Amino acid sequence: MKAAPFEYLRATTLAEVFQLWREAGPEARLLAGGQSLMPALAFRLSEPNVLIDISRVADLTGISVENGALRIGALTTHAELGAHALVREHAPLLGEAAALIAHPAIRNRGTLGGSLAYADPAAELPACCLALGATIVARSATAERRIAADAFFVGLYATALEANELIAAVEFPRRRAGERSTILELARRSGDYAMAGIVARATVAGQALADPRLVLFGVGEVPVLARAAMAALAGRPADAANIAAAQAALAQELEPPGDLNGGADMKRHLAQVLLARAIQRLIGVEEARAQ
Amino acid sequence: MSREVQVTFEVNGEPVSRRVEARQHLIDFLRLELGLTGSHTGCEHGVCGACTVRVDGRIVRGCLVLAASLEGTKVETIEGLSDANEIRDLQDAFIARNACQCGYCTPGMLLTAAALLDSKPQPTRAEIREYLAGNYCRCTGYHAIVDAVEATAAARARRHKQD
Repeated sequence: MKAAPFEYLRATTLAEVFQLWREAGPEARLLAGGQSLMPALAFRLSEPNVLIDISRVADLTGISVENGALRIGALTTHAELGAHALVREHAPLLGEAAALIAHPAIRNRGTLGGSLAYADPAAELPACCLALGATIVARSATAERRIAADAFFVGLYATALEANELIAAVEFPRRRAGERSTILELARRSGDYAMAGIVARATVAGQALADPRLVLFGVGEVPVLARAAMAALAGRPADAANIAAAQAALAQELEPPGDLNGGADMKRHLAQVLLARAIQRLIGVEEARAQ
Repeated sequence: MSREVQVTFEVNGEPVSRRVEARQHLIDFLRLELGLTGSHTGCEHGVCGACTVRVDGRIVRGCLVLAASLEGTKVETIEGLSDANEIRDLQDAFIARNACQCGYCTPGMLLTAAALLDSKPQPTRAEIREYLAGNYCRCTGYHAIVDAVEATAAARARRHKQD
């Protein structure tokens, strides 16, 4: 499988990206890590006339704490997310998620910005952004705007980015005292896209979960914020009865499309199983730390 | 129009400068332009791992990297690692345990296993399996491959202790 012919252009500054993009027109695609785009080109699902390589644009790199938030450049690779001290300190969920993404050779090239812009509904990082309340920093030639993760994923492989915008960075709120998070998924083979997955985040005090956020992935067209399940757990002890209530609420609010892995009922079941495991993990970690 | 791109980078320590088709991925470049046929073309969409090579010291899927994008980088293939004797012990262990079988996945397995042993010299069997999970062996000789990696790690630890 060979990609259809295209032009290749390399930009090294943001100004150059936007200039090349304007000249190349709307059919051009941006190439970052290429770990989703290259397969799409090979299958000829995408046949752009021009690829603009942005992988060497320094303005899109770097991890720092700015204005109280953890700012991660769009070109940060999954491998870097898994290894960086600031990520471990302020958003350890991202490192945990990175370990679930594909395989080491792919994690060395795939990028945070690329994953969000591609917006695969079964991908880990979009779900993490939603669970952590991240802000996507979008840039165009003339302006920068901030888009809340809640408003970013608008449909199947569709985001709130305008045709002339790229992701420059993502800002994550720093982890608060007592805040716990985890990610779990079920896949037939390690590294495959998940049949279903969950990201859970809450402030944990003993057995009680305050302000829980639950995001399911691989069970809809976008990562799904499970509001009813969250409401069933908020401010309550995470005991068997409340977890069961949250599972019941989750089954009501999910409408998973069937796929090659199974139908809606199976996905609902997997999501419920993952919900219980995630909550137990949040609580269990807290207990282990207290001992 | 620039459907062809002039690109200069290093392959196994040697400078290479070529005009390449923009759409050509690294594995086609290595095999068709340079005759380095040790890295194998498998699925060509990043699933099978037969094309695993190193770019700037890190393993990548050669089919998911454009040759045109590699300006100024250092590429290493199984030929380079073999010539440098870098993974002689790992290769010997693959032979001793019949972990090659048809041999198609072997170069990718070796590059990936070498990366594992660099980052984690004493992996458990579960960690070896997890790290190699993205490299398919369609002979399904996984046990022998895991055995070979495990044996190499153990032998290196013994040598390290003696030193």
